[in-house]
Amino acid sequence: MNKTPSTITITPDHDPYTPHGTENSVSQLATPVRDQPGELPLVPPDPVMDARDLNVFYGDFHAVHDVNLKFGRNDITALIGPSGCGKSTVLRCLNRMNDLVTGARVEGAVNYHGQNIYAKGVDPIAVRTHIGMVFQKPNPFPKSIYENIAYGPKVTGMKVDNMDDLVEEALRGAALWDEVKDKLKQSAYGLSGGQQQRLCIARTIATRPDVILMDEPCSALDPIATSRIEDLMLDLKQDYTIIIVTHNMQQAARVSDRTAFFTARPDETTGNRTGLLVEFGLTSTIFSNPRDKRTEDYISGRFG
Amino acid sequence: MSVSSTTQAGSPSGAGLSAAPPDLSAKRRPGEMVIKLILRMATLLSVVITFGIIAALIDPALAFFREVPLSDFFSATDEPGAVRSAVFPLMVGTALTTVIALALAVPMGLGAAIYLAEYASPRSRKWLKPTVELLAGVPSVVYGFFALFFVTPVVLQGWLGLDVNFTNSWAAGLVLGVMIIPTVASLSEDALSAVPQALRQGSLALGANRMQTTLRVVLPAALSGVAAAVVLGLSRAVGETMIVTMAGGAVKNMALDPGEPHMTMTAFIAITAQGENPVGSTSYNMLFAVGLLLFVITFVINAISVTAVRRFRQEY
Amino acid sequence: MSVATRSARETVEIRLSDGRSRERNPASILFLIALWFSLFFGVIVLVSLIVDTAISGAGRFDANLFTNYESKLDKSTTGFRAGILGSIWLMAFTALLAIPLGIAAAIYLEEFADRRSRFNRLVEINLQNLAAVPSIIYGMLAVAVMGLLGYQFKGIVLGGAIALALLILPVIVITTREAIRAVPQEIRQGSLALGATVWQTTWRNTLPSAVPGIATGTILGLSRAIGEAAPLLMLGMAMVRWDPSSIESKVTALPMQIYHLSSMPQEEYQVAASAAIIVLLVMILGMNALAIFIRNKFQKSW
Repeated sequence: MNKTPSTITITPDHDPYTPHGTENSVSQLATPVRDQPGELPLVPPDPVMDARDLNVFYGDFHAVHDVNLKFGRNDITALIGPSGCGKSTVLRCLNRMNDLVTGARVEGAVNYHGQNIYAKGVDPIAVRTHIGMVFQKPNPFPKSIYENIAYGPKVTGMKVDNMDDLVEEALRGAALWDEVKDKLKQSAYGLSGGQQQRLCIARTIATRPDVILMDEPCSALDPIATSRIEDLMLDLKQDYTIIIVTHNMQQAARVSDRTAFFTARPDETTGNRTGLLVEFGLTSTIFSNPRDKRTEDYISGRFG
Repeated sequence: MSVSSTTQAGSPSGAGLSAAPPDLSAKRRPGEMVIKLILRMATLLSVVITFGIIAALIDPALAFFREVPLSDFFSATDEPGAVRSAVFPLMVGTALTTVIALALAVPMGLGAAIYLAEYASPRSRKWLKPTVELLAGVPSVVYGFFALFFVTPVVLQGWLGLDVNFTNSWAAGLVLGVMIIPTVASLSEDALSAVPQALRQGSLALGANRMQTTLRVVLPAALSGVAAAVVLGLSRAVGETMIVTMAGGAVKNMALDPGEPHMTMTAFIAITAQGENPVGSTSYNMLFAVGLLLFVITFVINAISVTAVRRFRQEY
Repeated sequence: MSVATRSARETVEIRLSDGRSRERNPASILFLIALWFSLFFGVIVLVSLIVDTAISGAGRFDANLFTNYESKLDKSTTGFRAGILGSIWLMAFTALLAIPLGIAAAIYLEEFADRRSRFNRLVEINLQNLAAVPSIIYGMLAVAVMGLLGYQFKGIVLGGAIALALLILPVIVITTREAIRAVPQEIRQGSLALGATVWQTTWRNTLPSAVPGIATGTILGLSRAIGEAAPLLMLGMAMVRWDPSSIESKVTALPMQIYHLSSMPQEEYQVAASAAIIVLLVMILGMNALAIFIRNKFQKSW
């Protein structure tokens, strides 16, 4: 576990996790960025997770190239970029959901509390109990609200003294309790889209994960529901580490502490688009003072 | 922006994870392994069935061919002796009823498919399709009864005034054709519906009407799928037993007149199985020789159909 | 079309002036009539089959039809008790054999198997082929299986159930796979992301959602089995004058009895067979209606 005090800044030049300009041709695309004095350290000093030289392939297709990222404890890290840039693929690597895609292959390492989750002998199921996931489209189970929450603790064999309390706690944690406390036995399908998504978040926190991955959690929701989820995320970060993929730059700017910007580079011969990390830093820096021309173009709406 | 809420190093995460690294090691789940094994064995059963069929047929068939030379088996006339071994007349009988069945089922099935895919509104399709498929749900023994007691005496001899035998290939073939209409129609409709809408719109935009579009654009585009449907119908017709046993006749007959009775391969098997042939005798074993031949024929036909379906699925 | 040879200007005029009639020319109308005919030809045949059979069997829709055994002495009161009870017994044991095996194989292929492996592709092609193997061949397989089990006389409940179960197994596997596949991937991912195993996901989430589809496919498979006579013929099922009482009871089935009676010259037997056909069709129609009811009532639209 990384016990580096927050006052010590790891400069990118010495940190193998941070993209910088000398390693290889692709890393040269990533612009070195430096810390501003008096702000949050650029690189999270106490990362819960990190990705190291992460490459993802689907069959022969090289989907993601050499991603190096650190995810700080109790941070919200946003992964942004144009569609097809591999940000969702990277997210799905973080709790081995990519294992479920036929033909997917991951190279490099994803470390969680210092353990490579792709190492031999690691149980992807155990990984997923620590690193939960919320999906793009709300996907409650075709069961009652109560059963949706109780499902995770049941299947993972969690020791639960009182399931009713746990359900209440999870629903309160997801700011849904007041809306559903009288209809816990009713089908989750009767809830609105925004409520369903908060139920999915409640379902995830019921298993007491450490990290919550969110894959465009608001893309199917209206603005009011979206703002409720954003408020919820800011509450949740007190207790959890959150990594969110979003196509909505305003959302990234509103909620995240750090932002990673990805882009897609087409292969000259095949035309396949390989995703790569362009720039990673404090959200404030990325949005106000991006170092890379491509980040600036994307953020100012010139492409993507 | 909540940059102010600075991350604190080493602060315990609210999830209750202490400093000890989380245990990610692979757990042994014996129950899961056992279940997976059971499921896998059930899957293997389908392969076992195929080999079982081959084994069940080959053993007695080989015993048969030790007694009867292949030339006698594939000859047109029964050699004098205890075993009436000629299979060629049975193949003629099967071919005759199958051709009649397809001559009816292909135009009818394809016509129904075209209507359902190109003309019917989604609402009418919703009840027209199950109605056509109802034909496949009628047991073959019922069709056999209908061919024997209605089609031959009432339709062929009565209305059409044909001079046909009590059992004949017309009745068996035509009723067999009715039975396989849904097979042809259902798969053909899938193939026609899979043709991209853009092709139709392109043709209509050029000023072609619906019939021209259907016949010149959609049908050729769906041809391999329609072919697969016809081939599958063919395999059903070759393998159907009860209709030809009841209404097709029990005589080995090389004459190509469908008004006469013809015994097919399946009818031979059904009729011989009911006879007084002791197990292990050459005449009993011949059943399996014919069964093996039937299995090989339908297997080859099916393989062709499956390949054709794959091809048209790949096209779109 | 001669339109192509005319000038473009003329073409436009023609299209504008008789726009609708391009769909109403004689060829198109004839084509449509032909399509209508082919669509309803089968239905006409089916209706005449049912009407003709119902008329022939009209005199025999009495209690004797259901309560009596087959009789040589009093042909006008011959009944189908043995066949009806036999068919019910055969269906029960066929279901017992085929449903668990079929569902298990379907679950394995959909949820556990690596779709790219050569073995699994072989299994898939094999299933497609098995679904089109003639039913009488399954009868021959059942004869061999019963021989291996040591039965001299094979026309018993167990033999018939084995033959019919083998026959409908591919149908059940194929329809169950479709039902499982219809459950959206998001539901599985939601469960797996919570740390559930594949089997937990299947058992607690996918299967319950797929039950209506599985039930529909299974009932349709059984309704095919209940009408089958050819494989039972291979097993040597003959006339029976008693009720089945165990899996080793000699048994007959309704289609077998119909076949048997239709080969008799006596008119009374044909009348009885006609009535029995209507009974059989009602049973099959009932099963189909049940399947459609389940599909419409319980099928989720995702």
